[in-house]
Amino acid sequence: MSARKLTLAPAALLAALLTSVATPALAQDMAITNATVVIGDGSAPIPGGTVVVRGGKVVAAGAGVAVPAGVRTIDAGGKWVTPGLVVAVTDLGLVDVEAVEESNDGEAGKAPFSAALDIAPAINPVAQPILISRAAGVTRAAVAPLDTGAIFGGQGAIIDLGADNQAVTQPRAFQYVDLGETGARRAGGSRVAVHAVLRNALVEARELARRGGGAGADPRLADAAPERPGDALLTRFDAAALIPVVSGRQPLYVRAERAADIRIALALKTDFPALKLVIVGASEGWMAARELAASGVPVLATPLNDLPASFEQLGATQSNIGRMAAAGVKVALGAFFDQPRHAPQYAGNLVGLTKVPGATGLSWDKAFAAISSVPAEIIGQGDKFGSLKPGRAGDVVIWDGDPLEAGSGVTQVFIDGVEQPLTNRQTRLRDRYLMPTEGALPKAYDW
Amino acid sequence: MMKKLHRPLLAAAACALALGATVPGIAKAKDAKKEPSAAAKAARDFNKDPYPSSYKPYPGAATALVGATVFDGKGGRIERGTLLFRDGKLVALGGADLAIPEGFQRIDATGKFVTPGIIDAHSHLGDYPSPSVQAHSDGNEATAPTTPEVWAEHSVWPQDPGFTRALANGGVTALHVLPGSANLMGGRGVTLKNVPARSVQGMKFPAAPYTLKMACGENPKRVYGGKGRAPSTRMGNFAYNRATWLKAQDYRRKRDEGKLESRDLAMETLVGVLDGEILVQNHCYRADEMALVLDMAKEFGYKVSAFHHAVEAYKIGDMLKANDTCSAVWADWWGFKMEAYDAIPENAGLLYKAGACVVIHSDDENGIQRLNQEAAKAQGDARRAGVDISDAEVVRWLTLNPAKAVGIDKLTGSLDAGKAADVVLWNGNPLSNYSRPEKVWVDGALLFDAGNPKHRPVTDFELGQPGEGDVK
Repeated sequence: MSARKLTLAPAALLAALLTSVATPALAQDMAITNATVVIGDGSAPIPGGTVVVRGGKVVAAGAGVAVPAGVRTIDAGGKWVTPGLVVAVTDLGLVDVEAVEESNDGEAGKAPFSAALDIAPAINPVAQPILISRAAGVTRAAVAPLDTGAIFGGQGAIIDLGADNQAVTQPRAFQYVDLGETGARRAGGSRVAVHAVLRNALVEARELARRGGGAGADPRLADAAPERPGDALLTRFDAAALIPVVSGRQPLYVRAERAADIRIALALKTDFPALKLVIVGASEGWMAARELAASGVPVLATPLNDLPASFEQLGATQSNIGRMAAAGVKVALGAFFDQPRHAPQYAGNLVGLTKVPGATGLSWDKAFAAISSVPAEIIGQGDKFGSLKPGRAGDVVIWDGDPLEAGSGVTQVFIDGVEQPLTNRQTRLRDRYLMPTEGALPKAYDW
Repeated sequence: MMKKLHRPLLAAAACALALGATVPGIAKAKDAKKEPSAAAKAARDFNKDPYPSSYKPYPGAATALVGATVFDGKGGRIERGTLLFRDGKLVALGGADLAIPEGFQRIDATGKFVTPGIIDAHSHLGDYPSPSVQAHSDGNEATAPTTPEVWAEHSVWPQDPGFTRALANGGVTALHVLPGSANLMGGRGVTLKNVPARSVQGMKFPAAPYTLKMACGENPKRVYGGKGRAPSTRMGNFAYNRATWLKAQDYRRKRDEGKLESRDLAMETLVGVLDGEILVQNHCYRADEMALVLDMAKEFGYKVSAFHHAVEAYKIGDMLKANDTCSAVWADWWGFKMEAYDAIPENAGLLYKAGACVVIHSDDENGIQRLNQEAAKAQGDARRAGVDISDAEVVRWLTLNPAKAVGIDKLTGSLDAGKAADVVLWNGNPLSNYSRPEKVWVDGALLFDAGNPKHRPVTDFELGQPGEGDVK
């Protein structure tokens, strides 16, 4: 937990006190020297670099950085040092075991609400997927909402993966809507229905705001209860939740794969000019790259899709991200829900594409940025984390090799300057079964 | 013991299939004094290869790949190697001093890497093709807990675009397509050459043995328990399996005694297993269940060729080694279902350390494009756990070991002279996220060339669609 977090609202502090997890360590000032430093902003790795973290924040990183007197110094021995990985969007913290329904808070198909749903209270900071992702260098995530019965997935949150009780750093950070095949099914079976439902919802929210409802930072707490037209389709709770969206205070993440769906999503701004859109998925983004670039709307693209998995992904190609980036689209790797720790492998593949004739990938520097600073910027946190630029959170990862290479692994992780434990059930099982046969006692005594 | 008993029979079965001939019942002399009925003979002497492979290798130039680092698929590594192939077969593998006979086109592969064609021991391509719409869901005959009578090949759609991605991005030259895991006995698997064809017969790997897909654990009990019928528990799974094996033993006895009255497709598959002609491929996650399955195999007299997924194989590496059973595993899939909760990324490495057979498999239309990277990840995780494994040994997890698991190791999987010229030229070390196939040959025919935009397969489905012929 960082100094910054200690200043959080009293409710958060109380919550921390009421739980049984040990009080986390405070951030320790430190310098990592003799490192191949990756700033994460798309610049080239700096050999022989130093990273200085004080008060939980990066003070300096690069070559020729002086080590302050009296701080913990870690000699990286030439190893790679990077900002922590940023994954957007994912279901980290919502799920223990995906197929064990009762442990899976990522699905709420029978909930009476949709847009109003707020995932923040469901985040479990000690769920194994968080521990395992942390041990792989993932330090921050935008946790996407849910499978609801409606086109809206509710409100996602920004979390850190630190070993403390306070995972959520920004609740209700964005709203999520599906405008593709899934949304079509939920809206009644057709894209036609999706757009009608979406536009109606935004209009109802705008109308509710005009009547004075849903004011305040947290629309859930809206206490004004103005009259609404009798034919309102949304619950008041859902309509209030969409006021920040329609007024541009809360970004709207739009899941869209087909190029035509992406163009239609961008066109929403004609009627709802305040919308702050982010496109998620975008398998055919390269076919709408010009429009995306012109709109300035960023993309969290599923990496490496190259199969016509559905009729909205016929144009899928691994060159998708590279082509969008080349066209000037702000694009990060994202929207992989199962294993956030695969982000470096995916990024490495985009580097590999640069050697394939006819393919478009990303340079190493841009590929790393696409899993660190770029997703941080897209989720509105670029000034807080995602790179080792001064003032960013002290989220630092030390690797035993090139972080985008298959055989590399993580040796140390810091979040907000706090060194993190890297043990989890997997490491404990590994240690127990290094030799599979029993010794003097059964395996159950080996812990 | 089991191994000795089964291997020669397998070879015989493979030959018989190759010739399109029938295999007579093993014990037909037993009832010599009483001639079996015509029906019994028909049920005994049926054609075991009624949908024979029509695959013929495509033409290829006699080729010398010169200067590459060569991984031979069986644990060897040669720097600046020379690999010769002609007429679809490997001719020789040697160092820089290996003479290149006249008539071989020389390809300078300096700085590049060569491996045998990659083999995926667990794929559903064709059975669950792209696009993955309901109309394409052909991998699970989930209408009865045991369906050994169904054959995966009868569901394979040769126009699945997934085959082409596996070739171009994964260097996959052969793959074993299985029925799904809804059923305890899901049906026969089929091994394919990764060569586009109009029919599945045009892809079938000549002389590859049939396999039987079996499944432990959550899936069968969930699917059938959910229908309010057996099996609904793990003990129900075993009871149902054992009862079915008893029937198979009975059928086999009747066959040998000339007492069968008609053919039974389900029993023919199971008796094929008991005869050692059909290889059991068992989907199983948990160590305790695998240990039970190994005993069930002993109880009924068959062998488990490979456990698939086997996320807890690391807990019983010693048992798997003793049973000569391979484990076809992911590098690091974890936690998506209860029986995957104990998966660890060191699974492959710890199995290797225990001396057991490791296969890296995909079970996935995307993963099959990166089996090389999955193996490299497992290698890295093993190294961090103190288990150092050479690149050449790790390449075996993608080549000779999967070939062994599905019974084609005499035909492909390593760069031995006389084997099929299934070869990948990589633009860098295949155990890297940065490397891709540059050229892929199947039986000596060049079927993918990254340097030639037209020399890549485009399926019927993708013709006239967005992205047709793209690099993908």
